[in-house]
This record gives sequence, C-alpha cells and structure tokens, in this order.
Amino acid sequence: MLDRDQAGDIFGKLRRLSQADEIELLISGGRSALTRFANNTIHQNVAEEEYHISVRSAFGNRTARASTNKHDDDSLRRVVQSSEALAKVQHPDPDLLPMPTKEETAAANVDGGDGMVNRYFEATARLTPQDRAQGVAAMVDVANKHDLAAAGIFSSAEIVEGIFNSKGVNAWHEQTLAEVSVSMIGSSSSGWQKANAPDMARLDPVRLAEVAAVKAIESKNPRDLPPGKYTVILEPAAVLDIVGFMFWDFGGSALLEQRSFLNDRIGMRLFGENITVWDDVYHPLQAGVAFDGEGMRRQRLKLIENGVVRAVTYSRSSAKRMQASEMAGKVGPVRPTGHGFALPSEIGEAPLNIVFAGPLEGESRTVEQMLASTERGILVTRLWYIREVDPYEKILTGMTRDGTFLVENGKVVCGVRNFRFNESLLHMLQNVEVMGIPTRSCGEESFDMVVPPMKVREFNFTETTKF
Amino acid sequence: MKDIASWVLETAKLRGASHAEARIVDERSRSLATKNGRIASASDSESLGIGIRVIANGGFGFAATDDLSREGVESCAARAVEIARASSSVKSQELSLVPEPPAQADWASPCKIDPFSIAIERNLDLLFAIDAALLAVKGVTLAETSMNFRRYEQWFYSSEGSEIHQTIVTSGAGYAAYSFQGTEIQKRSYPNSYGGQFQGRGYELIEELKLLEHAGETAEQAVALHAAAQCPEGKFNVILDSSQLALQIHESIGHPIELDRVLGMEANFAGTSFLTLEKLRTLQYGSEIVNVVADATPAHGPGLGTFAYDDEGVAAQCTPIITNGLFTGYLTSRDTAAAIGATRSGGCLRAEGWNRLPIVRMTNVSILPGQSPLTLEQLIASTERGILMETNRSWSIDDKRYNFQFGCEIGWEIKGGKRGRMLRNPSYSGITTEFWNSMDAICSRDEWTLWGTPNCGKGQPQQVMGTGHGAAPARFRNVRVGTAYKGNE
Repeated sequence: MLDRDQAGDIFGKLRRLSQADEIELLISGGRSALTRFANNTIHQNVAEEEYHISVRSAFGNRTARASTNKHDDDSLRRVVQSSEALAKVQHPDPDLLPMPTKEETAAANVDGGDGMVNRYFEATARLTPQDRAQGVAAMVDVANKHDLAAAGIFSSAEIVEGIFNSKGVNAWHEQTLAEVSVSMIGSSSSGWQKANAPDMARLDPVRLAEVAAVKAIESKNPRDLPPGKYTVILEPAAVLDIVGFMFWDFGGSALLEQRSFLNDRIGMRLFGENITVWDDVYHPLQAGVAFDGEGMRRQRLKLIENGVVRAVTYSRSSAKRMQASEMAGKVGPVRPTGHGFALPSEIGEAPLNIVFAGPLEGESRTVEQMLASTERGILVTRLWYIREVDPYEKILTGMTRDGTFLVENGKVVCGVRNFRFNESLLHMLQNVEVMGIPTRSCGEESFDMVVPPMKVREFNFTETTKF
Repeated sequence: MKDIASWVLETAKLRGASHAEARIVDERSRSLATKNGRIASASDSESLGIGIRVIANGGFGFAATDDLSREGVESCAARAVEIARASSSVKSQELSLVPEPPAQADWASPCKIDPFSIAIERNLDLLFAIDAALLAVKGVTLAETSMNFRRYEQWFYSSEGSEIHQTIVTSGAGYAAYSFQGTEIQKRSYPNSYGGQFQGRGYELIEELKLLEHAGETAEQAVALHAAAQCPEGKFNVILDSSQLALQIHESIGHPIELDRVLGMEANFAGTSFLTLEKLRTLQYGSEIVNVVADATPAHGPGLGTFAYDDEGVAAQCTPIITNGLFTGYLTSRDTAAAIGATRSGGCLRAEGWNRLPIVRMTNVSILPGQSPLTLEQLIASTERGILMETNRSWSIDDKRYNFQFGCEIGWEIKGGKRGRMLRNPSYSGITTEFWNSMDAICSRDEWTLWGTPNCGKGQPQQVMGTGHGAAPARFRNVRVGTAYKGNE
C-alpha cells in the first residue's frame, strides 16, 4: 500500500512542477474488497486498488483543483498544469485564505483528543477472498438452518488519506475497515443487521445473521395496521439514518447561505432536554480522519447540549465570513473547527463524527426494557429511502423495512406491513421518552455514528405499503 | 490497449478461467459551480484503469487496478480468478450466460461541440451571469449554478472475441434559486432540479437550454411561493410536467423492472421488486395508453442510457416494457436472462467506471408520447378540476417499489380548464400499479423531452449511473395529494 514517504515524494515532484503561489496535494486510496451474496450464493465478488491524486493550485485569491489516478511524471505534470490553468481563470474570491501553515493546522486545543486511537489492524488488512467466503458460508448456514435466503456483503479495506501543502502541512491517516451486512429473506418477511469496525475482531457475522433471521421469522405474515401516530422504538440503525439528515445543516456555510434549519434558531431549545450531541472523531467507537480538507485538526465539539444547539462547524473561510457577518454574536462560538471539505467546496463543512451522549446513569434502557414498558407501539429495525420534504421544519419521509413489529402490553406481538412516515426531526427529538446506550451503528441513508436506540412518542406514520 | 487486454485474457485462461472480460476506461470530467457569486466547484479530473471480470469454477470474480503495466494487469487478472474460485465455494445455484455473438465495433456518441474545447472563462461567465440574475430578484437568499462535462472512452475485450471501442460525451447544466422567509425555505430550479438537464451530447446542449433567459422567472417563482396557498390534502386529478413524470418512471417503472432485483440479488441494499416472474405478460401495469420502452439505441435519442454495446458486449436494444398497459419486459443481462430461461440479454449491464463490476442498470426507460396531438395547455383546458405539479423536490419509494411519495417545487390549481393560483409544497403519493392505471391522458411528441438522471445509486460498493427518461406531461385521476405534510401542520 502507498505509504507516507511515497506520498511525500509525489508531493515533492508536484511542488517542483508548480508555478502557482501555493500548492496542495490531497491523496487518498488503498485496497478494498467486497464479497456480495444473495439467494445463499456469492454472486458478486470484487477487489480494487487505486490511489487518487488531487492537486489544488492558488494564485492569490483564485483557486481550483485537478485530479488524476495516474502517477507517472507526464500525468503529474498534466495535473499541475490543469489545476493552474483552471485556477488562473477563476473569478477572485475575496474570502479565500492563504493555505494554512503546519502550526495553524495543529493549533486546535482538543479536549480529550490528544492521542488518536489506532484504527489500523493488520488482521483486517490481511483478510483474503477465502476468509470472506468462509464468513459468508457461516451466515448462509444460519439461513439454511431457518429455511431462509441470505443476502448481504462482507467487505474489508485498508485505506490511506494524506494532505500536503507548500506551507509545510504534512498529515497522514491509515485505517482498516471491515463491514458485514446481512438480510434474511422469508416468504412474507425479512430481517436485517449491519455492523462495521476498523478491527474485524469486533464483528460477529454469525450473531448478526442469527438476529436478522429471528426478525424475519417473527415478522412473517405481517398484519396491516392503519397509519397514524404511534409510539415507536427505533433501533440504533433507524435513529442514525433519520437524524443524519440534520447534521449537514450544522455548518457556518449553511447558516450564511440561509439553507440551514438552524437559521434564527441557534441558542433555542429545539429538542428535548435529554438530547446532547458531540462531534468527536477521537471517540473510541468512531472511525475516520482527524484532519479536514485543508489539514486543520478536527476539534471535539458539543453541538447540542440538553436540547439547545450550542455550536456549529466551520472551515477557515466560513469562520472568517461569519465573523464579518450580521449573524456573528448570535450563532455561538465562531472559529475554524477542522470540519471543512476540500476546497473549492459547494457544501463548506459539516460534522461527520457524531456521538450522542448517553442517558443519565439509571435512566438507560435496553431495547428489551423499552419494549417491556410499552403498552402499544411499533418496533422499527431500520428506515429506508429517506428524503427531505421540508428543509426548515426538517420533515423527512421514508419507509420502514426489514423487520417492523407491533408491540402490545410490553411484548412483540407480530410483524406489521411497512409504514411510510412523514416526521419532523424537531418533533421527533422533542419526543424521545427513553434512550439506551449509544453504540457504533451503520445504515444505508446516513454516515456511521455512535447513537442510542430511542423510544419516541407520536411518530407520524401516514401510509402503509403492501408488504 | 489490445496488448493489455491480451495479457489479461491469457493470464485468466492460464489460471483456469472459463470466461474473461477486460474493460479499459479512460475518463475525463469537468465540474464547475457557483454559489451566491462565488466559485463553489472548479475541478478537472481524469482516471484510467482496467476492470477484469472472469468466471472460474462457476463463480464470478472481479478485480480492478490503475496499474496498466504488464505485471500490474497480470497480477490483477490472477486476483480476479482467485476471487472467482472463492465465490464458487458458496453457491446454491449454477451460473450461466446466455450466448451473445462476439462483436467488433467502434462507436461514439453524437457530439457537435466538444465541451472541453470551450474556454473555461466562457463557462464561468455564463454561470456567474445566471447567478447574478437570480440574486437580482429581491427575496432570493441563495443562488446555485452548475455545469458538468464528461468524456468516457472504453475498450472492451472478451475471451469470446469481442473488441469494442466506445466514446461517450455527456454534458449537463442547471441552476436553482432559494428563498428563506419566516419559517420556510422555498426553491425553484431550471431546467430541472438536482443539477438540471443532462444528455449524451456536447456543448450544443448547453446552448439549447437557454439558461440565462429563464433565470428571472425562476427566481421570481421561488420568492412568490411564500405567498402561495399550501397545497390542499385530498384526492385530485394531477397533471405532472415531463421532468417529474421522468422521475416517476425512473422510480416506479425503471427500478422494479431490473431483473437482478426481481431475482433477489439486490435484496440487502437497493431492494427487490413487486414484479415477480409470473407477472410478465399478465400484469396490467397501467392504463391502455401507457406504453414504455427501455431503449439504449441511438435512434431513441442522446440519453444518458444510450450506447452501442453494454459493458459485457451485448448490442444496444429496444425492449418493450409496458405495451398498451400490459407488463411485457425486464431489464436483463447475460446471467439474469439465463436465470429465467430467456434466449438473449436485453443489453443492460453497465458499470460506473473501470473499477466497478457491471450490474443491471436502466438504459433509457421512456414513456412514449400520445399519438394524437395534445399540448400541455390543451391538457389543462380539458381538466375540470385538478393540480399541475412541476419539478421534483423530494422522492421516496419502498424497497419493492410499491408505495411512493413525491414532492414538487411548485403547483398550480386547475379549475374549469384554466391554470389558477400558485400552490406551495405540493406532494402526491400512491401505489405504483394503481397510479399508472389511473393515467388517462398524455401529451404528444412536441411536449416529449428525453431527461437525464445523472445520480442513480445502486450496488455494493455503490455505483452512480446516468439513466435517460423520455416523458411528456400526463394526467392521473384521483391521486392522493398532500400527505407529505399530514400530521405536521
């Protein structure tokens, strides 16, 4: 795999070719493999290795980017020339800052984040096609035992990300990641589980398959319930997939462009007092890179405290713009937080290492305890095809999927046909009655997070489907 | 390229593969965008690599690399065979491919003006002029513009003897005006939302879109929506403009007819389909005026799903999907066609790039226009009471593609055959087959547009693919309207 020294050599070549005032290299890539199965058969099985070179050139306050996956000298010369040609014809951006120095990128005082946890595990990097096939075979055995059909993936990867600039920034990240997702399909129902971790040893494919199988079995012949407002128990994957839609609004650029639901709402109690959320790349259950698209060190931020939005993320540029705007003073602390995307960026910045604070000691409940305390409600395994209906009230629509159950008198009674919801996130996070211990979770609609299961009252189901 | 392919095919054969394909792709793209008078994106990108698909021991294997040296591609081919052998260790059904005669071909998409030959300054001047025109309308709080170009050159070789070279140029552009007032953010886009219009053409598309000419009206509508009445809830006759109908086709016809979904191959991610095999040629999918084709041939037009050969060397075809309302065809590949006993693939296997395994994809899934002359204004005039909805704002559908809900940017009340007051936050929902069976009118060819959907996600690892959808405005009877806001008043 490409290492830091080799990447540094590439940057050295680029720098010698550069005629711009400043030059920056983002380099990313690695080896990845994914084994995919359906109908108890491996039907797709892929592997790739690639390293992406992305060069940003700046002439004063004009900047642009060019990228290539070719590493030969001619290609490096061409990518530098392309980025320079594109930068020279840009309209000047008065808010574009000079590239940061190494001292500036490291200046952040990160509470509790001085040492990055190790996210590279040799055993995960060394997983072979045969290893993944054996893992799949074990999950298929579970399916066969229950007379179900299994579908899913077993993937593994080792990846690198680095940033170098002509001011001396030189940051590097290496990580492994393994992921298992499994669906169990019956004649009238299905169940699903998914998990990932930098260390394969933390994953248990057979246990995931067993849980998915039980969900498929217990939800067979689903009952058709009328839509309406129900108490719901959302498993962590369901929570993450729906709440993920709001964090793209937690950025200074989103506020300045007035596309955020937080406009005119920072400092207000938007959610229940039991909602406290951090962005914390240093959390032991998190994954990912501790620097942003300019190399700035990510800070640990308390975004929401007891239901009140306290802070949003900033790139260097959006912090400068916010400090000069009429909103400054009304939006909490304004400083670069290490959450900017690579420049030029349409989005600006966002927190992508979300960690929900757990409930107070003694108030935590497992999903089983939440079920036991529920007179009538719906247990939701996952949500699907979520889209934003209303950007300011944060109304989202989507479907339940792969294991939706009626709960009565503290017990799961039967499976139910899947619902469509149209629910405001503001409303939902005001109505969280009980939470569990946050866990690392992954779904298909949002980025991975550390989130708890939640029991929510008056969740708004508006329609049902035919299965 | 032929030398590289020969190293791959030879290595795969020596390692025991019974079938091998090499796809070498050289791709170039440009992305430009502005936001409130500033550059939001200015990037050029190029990518070159090879994807190798093999069958060994009755299992598929795929490996990809950007190292095109002899050592690099031979190692990659060996890895693909190793992966295929691992695949074959877990199987409950046999893999086979329907036959396809080997082809030798060289084809390029129609491109009158190479978009990469246009000075970047000219592109930026246009985008900044639109940006300024949007912001000139009082009440607009955010202006976004974008322009995207791609040149995709592919060499395909197979152990069966195919040698196919294709070059496809795509272009796209569009913009949006946002207005934040009180407790609402409203938006209008032109010519479509989520990046505008995309086709397999050159810069001539950008010129034909007349982008700047529509900026003022687009921005004014975004602001005017704040004062418009909320779209009512209830059952209404609904007329959809052609861009919204294109997305309706994509979601509620294009995806459910993918045979890999039907066969359960996407069950863990994209989902399955309600169109189980016994429904072929028995299900009344829509009313008798619903005629839909999946047409990848250049004769259909320069859609994002137009090509000469798919990514396993099958010639482009036109497949009748819905014929006078009857469900008549799936989107197929060589292995999925074999699985249902078909004799030939429909030519729908496509990959996002060199590093992705080709999977079953939409080509151009289009509804055919009405035979009798009918304009949108005539359709409105023939509607006593209803709602016209334009330009998608949100979309969602269940994992078997039955229950859907769409939101649009703007609606117009229709009363007594006339377009009346503006409506904000319009939405509609339904069940796929009930909805298509309620269609009672569709406009004719003059109102038909071949829209491009550049962002269709599917597969694991996920792949983003461009698809084409021809559509004309159409009317649907007794559709559920307004449920998106129900319970959230």
